[in-house]
Amino acid sequence: MTDVVLETRDLVKYFPLTRGILLKKKIGDVKAVDGINIQLARGETLGVVGESGCGKSTLAKLLVGLEKPTSGSIVVRGKDISKLSGEATRKARRNIQLVMQDPYTSLNPRMTVGDIVAEPFQIHPDVAPKGAIRGRVQELIDLVGLNPDHINRYPHQFSGGQRQRIGIARALALKPEIILCDEPVSALDVSIQAQVMNLLDELQRELGLSYIFIAHDLSVVRHIADRVAVMYLGKIVEIGSDIQIYEQPTHPYTQALLSAVPVPDPTLRGHRDQIVLQGDVPSPANPPSGCRFRTRCWKAQEICATQEPLLEIRQKSAHPSACHFAEVRDVIHATQ
Amino acid sequence: MSDPVTTATSDNPAVIPVQAGPGVNPQGPTQERAASLWSDARRELIRNPIFLASVSFILIVSSMAILPSMWTSKNPRDCDIKFAKLSPSAEHWFGTNVLGCDYYSHAIYGARPSLSIALIATTGVTLIGVVLGMLAGFFGGWVDTLISRIIDMIYSLPFLLGALVILGVLRQSDLLHSDQWWPPVLVVAIVLIILGWVGVARIMRGSVLSAKNLDYVLAAKSLGASNSRLMFRHILPNAIAPVVVVATISLGGYIGAEATLTFLGAGLQPPAVSWGTMIAGNIDYFNEYKYLVLIPCGLLVPTVLSFILAGDALRDALDPKLR
Amino acid sequence: MSDVSVDMSPSLAGVKMTAPLLEVEELKVEFRTRAGIAKAINGVSFEVNSGETLAILGESGCGKSVTAQAIMGILDTPPGYITGGQIRYRGVDLLKRTDEERRLVRANKIAMIFQDALSALNPVFTVGFQLAELFRKHRGMSRADGKKRAVELLDLVKIPAARQRVSDFPHQFSGGMRQRVMIAMSLALDPELLIADEPTTALDVTVQAQIMSLLAELQRERQMGMILITHDMGVVADVADRINIMYAGRIVEKAPVYDIYAKPSHPYTKALLESIPRVDLKGQQLNVIRGLPPNLTRIPAGCAFNPRCRYVRDACKVDPIPPLYEIKPGISSACHFWKEVRGDD
Repeated sequence: MTDVVLETRDLVKYFPLTRGILLKKKIGDVKAVDGINIQLARGETLGVVGESGCGKSTLAKLLVGLEKPTSGSIVVRGKDISKLSGEATRKARRNIQLVMQDPYTSLNPRMTVGDIVAEPFQIHPDVAPKGAIRGRVQELIDLVGLNPDHINRYPHQFSGGQRQRIGIARALALKPEIILCDEPVSALDVSIQAQVMNLLDELQRELGLSYIFIAHDLSVVRHIADRVAVMYLGKIVEIGSDIQIYEQPTHPYTQALLSAVPVPDPTLRGHRDQIVLQGDVPSPANPPSGCRFRTRCWKAQEICATQEPLLEIRQKSAHPSACHFAEVRDVIHATQ
Repeated sequence: MSDPVTTATSDNPAVIPVQAGPGVNPQGPTQERAASLWSDARRELIRNPIFLASVSFILIVSSMAILPSMWTSKNPRDCDIKFAKLSPSAEHWFGTNVLGCDYYSHAIYGARPSLSIALIATTGVTLIGVVLGMLAGFFGGWVDTLISRIIDMIYSLPFLLGALVILGVLRQSDLLHSDQWWPPVLVVAIVLIILGWVGVARIMRGSVLSAKNLDYVLAAKSLGASNSRLMFRHILPNAIAPVVVVATISLGGYIGAEATLTFLGAGLQPPAVSWGTMIAGNIDYFNEYKYLVLIPCGLLVPTVLSFILAGDALRDALDPKLR
Repeated sequence: MSDVSVDMSPSLAGVKMTAPLLEVEELKVEFRTRAGIAKAINGVSFEVNSGETLAILGESGCGKSVTAQAIMGILDTPPGYITGGQIRYRGVDLLKRTDEERRLVRANKIAMIFQDALSALNPVFTVGFQLAELFRKHRGMSRADGKKRAVELLDLVKIPAARQRVSDFPHQFSGGMRQRVMIAMSLALDPELLIADEPTTALDVTVQAQIMSLLAELQRERQMGMILITHDMGVVADVADRINIMYAGRIVEKAPVYDIYAKPSHPYTKALLESIPRVDLKGQQLNVIRGLPPNLTRIPAGCAFNPRCRYVRDACKVDPIPPLYEIKPGISSACHFWKEVRGDD
C-alpha cells in the first residue's frame, strides 16, 4: 500500500468485568475490540460501519488515545503511539484529531468559539507563537465556512450544523494528517448533513487529509468513503472498496445490514431483497465460539461453531471476508 | 460570579438555532439555556421580589457588621448598672440589659461576630469542599476512596455533638476568652469548617463525576490537555452552580449554628457580643423582660431566612428543569 | 380469552362511525417562552382513515412531534398552548369535550409509541405487570386474565419466549425488544389509531427493519389508522400511503407516497430528496439546502422557506402566505410556482 499514514496491528481492548467492591474479583472481559488490523493511506477515507455494540466507538477512543489498548499497536507514520508516554504521546496525538458526534455536547458552553478553536494551540504552545494564535483561529473559522467575526460568540448562539463546523475547525488546528470522524452527521438534520459532508469532502481535497469515518448510517458512509470496514462484535468481518462492500458483499452480515437500509424509493417497496435477521447482537462479554455471527446467520454450519473464519480473500470473495461460506450477493440492487 | 455571557446574548439577532436534534420540540433548546446559565439566572433574579427583598435585608445586616458606628454612636461596652433593665425609650431604643448596656448598640454590634463566623465558615467549607470533591471525582481510584471515607467518617459524627465536643475541649484555651473580637470568632468558624466541608465535597464530587465524561471534556482530553486544564477550564465552570446555591443557603445555616453553640455555652463567651450571646445571656429574664430575648431573635431569624430564601431563588434560577 | 373482555370504552355522544377516523383542522399551537412566542404549528389540517398510514415528515423543529402531542393531549402546558383549530375523532371535536371524555377517547381509541422506549416504560414494574394493569384498569379483568393477555400481546409483537419474559423488567430488554414491548402496550386496548413518533430513530438498521415490518403488519391486520412521524425519507418510502411534508409549522406538500418521490411539487421536498445520500447509488452529487430552518419566533414573511429556496421570486417574500394549491385530487403544494417545480408546463 502506498503512503500509509495509520496502521493498527492486532489492536485489542478488553474491559475487565469485576464483581465485589472491596476485594475486586475479575469475572471476565468485555471484548470490545478484538484484533483489528486496518491501514489508512494518505488522502483516503476509510468508513467503519456496524451496529451499536460492535466496538466502533471503542476503536475511535483507542485511535485518539482516550483509551489505552490491552494489546496490539497503533502505528502513525511508522511510530507506535500506543507505546509512547508523557510528552511524546501528546506530540504524537497531534497528527490524529477527533470530530465528535454531538455538536451540542462537544463544545464547552462556557467558552467562546475563539477560545474553543484556540485551545489546541494553548495545549501545544510550540505549534504557534502566542501572537499568531488569533490570526490562525480566524483562518480556521473562515476555512470551515463560518464568519470569522463571530469568534466572540458562545456555542449556543450557533445551530447544530454550525457547531459541527466549529468542532471541525478545532480538529484542524494542529494541522493533523488524520481526522477521525465519530458519527459526525448523525445528530444533524438531513438538510444540514449534506452541508457538513460536502465540507469534509472539500477539506480533504484541499488539505490532503485522511479520514476514518465511523458511522451507523450506511448511506452516508457510501457517499463519503473510499474503502469500508464492517464490524461485528469487536471484529472486522469484511473490508474492501466501496464498490466491493456495497455491490459485491460476500459476508452474510454485510448483506443483512445492507438489505435493511431503507431506500427512499417507494417503487422498490416489496421488491427489495430483504434479509431479516433474527434475535439480537450477543453480549461482547460472552461472544459465540468460532464465527461470532453464526447465532444469527442463515448459512451457519457446524464448522462455524468450531473454527473461527479468518478475514482473508477467499475463493468466492475478491476482497477479505471473514466467512467460511463467503459468496457475492448484491442485495441493494436485487429486485424480486 | 463574573459573567461574560450577558453581553453576548442580548444583542444577537443573527443566529439562534431552532433545531435541537430529532424530535425535540421548538420550545427553546435546552442547550441554549445551559449555556447562558448565569445571564439567564441574573435576569430571572432581578425580577424576583423575594430575592430582592432578602438581598436588601442581607445588605442592611451586612452594613451593621461592617460599619456599626454608622448605625449607633454608643459603645456596647459602655454600661452602667444604674440603668439596668430599662424599657425601650427615646434614649435607649431597645432599652438596656441587666448590666445597663444600651441594647440597641448590642444588637448592632452583635451582627459582626455572627456574620463573620458565617462568612468565614462558608468560605472555608466551600474552598475545601470544592477542592477535595473535585479531586475525588476527577481522579477516582484510591484518591476517591480516601476522601470519600473521610467524608463518611465526618458525616457519621452528629454535627452538633461534634461541635460541642471540640469547642468543649478548646474551652480551656485562651483563644475563646480573648479581649479582641476575632480570635473566638475564628475558632468557632474553624470548628464549623472541619465539620461542614463534607456536604459541599459530596455535592462537588457528584457534579464532577457527571461532568468529567461530557463530550467537550473528552474532546479536550483527546487534544492532550493536562489534568489541571481539564479541571479548571472545563469541569469547574460547569459544575460549580449547585455549590453556589448550597453556599448561599449555608451562610444562613452557620449564623444559626453560631447562635445555637453559643446558647449551649460552647461558642462565644461574654463579654463578646453576638446575637447568640444576647439570647443566651438573657434567656433567664424572659418572663419579665421579653424584649431582651425577642430583639436578638427578631434579627437572627429574618437574617437566616433571607439567606435561605436567596439561596432558594438562586437554585430556581439556576436549575433549568424548573424553568 | 379475548372474547371474555367486555368493551368498557364508553360511547361518546356524537360519534359517527362514518366520519373520518381523525381530522385535524387548522390546528395552531404556540410556545410562550422567554425569547418570545414560538409559533410551532400554524394552521395544520389533515385526516387519517382506518387502514391507512399517513406519514408526517420534516426536520426537527418543524412541528411534527408537537402535532402528535396536541392530538394525544400530552402537550406540555405551559409553555405550549393550542390556540386554534379542531381535532376531530369520528366527527367529534375533542378540544370542545370535557377532560374526562377526552381522556377516555385517548385511552381507548388512540395510542402512541415514542422514540425512547426505555423512558416511556416504568422501570420499577415488570412489563407483564404494566400490561396487565392496562387490562385491569380499562377492561376490569382479573389479575390472572390480565397476565394471560399480556403474554398473548408479547407473542403478538414476536418477543421470543414471551411466557418467561413477561416477568422481566424493562431494562432487561434490548432496545429493539423494548420497542416491541411498547408496541404491545399501545395495542393492548385495540386502538383505532396509532401514532408512531420516530419509532425507530434510536435503533440500529437491522432492528429498525424488524420493527417497521412489524408495525406495518399489525397495522394491516387490524386495519388501524397510523400516523408515522419521522424525518427519514427511506423509512417512509417503505410503509406510508400518503405523505405530508412539514416546514416551520405548516404542511407544505401533501401527496400519495409514489407521487412525492417521483414528482415533488414543493421546492423543499425536492431539495430534501436531492440532499439525502442513497445506499444504492455511487458518486451522486448531494444538493445542499443553504441556510437554516427559521427561528419559530421570527418566521419570515410570505413563504417560510423563501430564504433557502432555489425558485424564490419577489412574490414569495411577502404575505399572503402561499395556500395549499390543489394540483390533482390528493396532491397539493404550498408553492406559488409549483408548476415550475414539478416541471409541468
